[in-house]
Amino acid sequence: MSSIWEYANPKKFIDTTDRILPWISVLAVVCLVVGLVWGFFFTPDDFRQGSTVKIIYLHVPSALMAINAWLMMLVTSIIWIVRRHHVSALAARAAAPVGVVMTLIALATGAIWGQPMWGTWWAWDPRLTSFLILFLFYLGYIALWEAIENDDTAADLTSILCLVGSVFALLSRYAVNFWNQGLHQGASLSLDKEENVHDVFYYPLLVSIAGFVLLFIALVFLRTQTEIRARRMRALMARERMG
Amino acid sequence: MIALLTRDIRLAIRAGGGFGLGLAFFLIVVVLVPFGVGPQSDLLARIAAGVLWIGALLACLLSLDRIFALDWEDGSLDLLATAPLPMEAVAIVKALAHWLTTGLPLVLAAPVLGVLLSLPAAGYMPLIVSLLLGTPALSMIGTFGAALTVGLKRGGLLLSLLVLPLYVPTLIFGAEMARRGVDGLDYGTPLLMLAGITCGTIALLPFAAAAVLRVNLR
Repeated sequence: MSSIWEYANPKKFIDTTDRILPWISVLAVVCLVVGLVWGFFFTPDDFRQGSTVKIIYLHVPSALMAINAWLMMLVTSIIWIVRRHHVSALAARAAAPVGVVMTLIALATGAIWGQPMWGTWWAWDPRLTSFLILFLFYLGYIALWEAIENDDTAADLTSILCLVGSVFALLSRYAVNFWNQGLHQGASLSLDKEENVHDVFYYPLLVSIAGFVLLFIALVFLRTQTEIRARRMRALMARERMG
Repeated sequence: MIALLTRDIRLAIRAGGGFGLGLAFFLIVVVLVPFGVGPQSDLLARIAAGVLWIGALLACLLSLDRIFALDWEDGSLDLLATAPLPMEAVAIVKALAHWLTTGLPLVLAAPVLGVLLSLPAAGYMPLIVSLLLGTPALSMIGTFGAALTVGLKRGGLLLSLLVLPLYVPTLIFGAEMARRGVDGLDYGTPLLMLAGITCGTIALLPFAAAAVLRVNLR
């Protein structure tokens, strides 16, 4: 009976991800190209927003992944604290810069979209503000990883920071809701609604979301592999100096 | 616990001026604001509550790295770790000492500085109450941040980067309460939320701070 914990073995992890990484990467590129080209060139303009609506194919998936990357870091941090699998801690470390870039993409595309639609690049809207706060959390998390020399200490401290940070990020989310009324529209995608956005926009959006998810997985796999190999190389070099 | 508390307070007051520093910083920030935004008293009155909250928050931040740094350098933190007192208690006592030497003076100084910013008369009571409720949370969150960065050579800047995002909910509800007080609105909801945040941080963060300290002392 194989279990998911087998992949906590770095060798097993690298072997398996090596095998599936090309597939995921190719699939990610295909999904992104299909989703974006379909979305940009083969969908009609929105009757009120005109062609600016097309930025949705970048904005929504990146915002989705910015939050999910943090969730993934939270899960892997808990796994590190409970079961102390090094791969888990390294995966959290690998996901953080990807998450920060996703947050930046979401903020930037949101600003570019907001300028023609709301007449402003930036508003202190709850959603925008909480993304900015999420961005700050990512920065602090990455800075703490970089600052500590001992790997295990760094993994311990950052995973506790991730836990505490998650609670405070959630608190901030509701605090800013209370603090200011929003300009941003409500959730445009949810699973329990009959039709979310019109099907013409919905299917290319789903494809590009899939592309972003696969891209994120591929990047995290690749970066985790790199971390494992770098650590292994350090260990080898240390052994050589000893010998 | 009480011995540790009195020791920390005595050290903070006597050794090296850390005690007055936060207060002086608070004063200077508040004095600088009118130079920045202009001396019109109606404008100052509108932003006074927020400025006082941000000033108090920054003054609090300034003295955070002293919570554990000195004990770390001279080795008394190791002694505290081996003492029968649990680390959670050490963390909470440290936070209490920090609040008594930094937070409480700030709360007491805030109304005086409110006069400088021509804070409306209705705003004094909510401002003092919100600071009184909010600064313990600032101290507790800061103690956690200080525990995270205690082993680092240059932890000061990193400490601010880690702690400031954690301060956001406290600041929002605290400043909101003070602002509503100034406008003569009902400030019951932010008061309850602020009290909830403070109670929650005091209940939970000592455990996180203690866990972090144990990792750092390993």
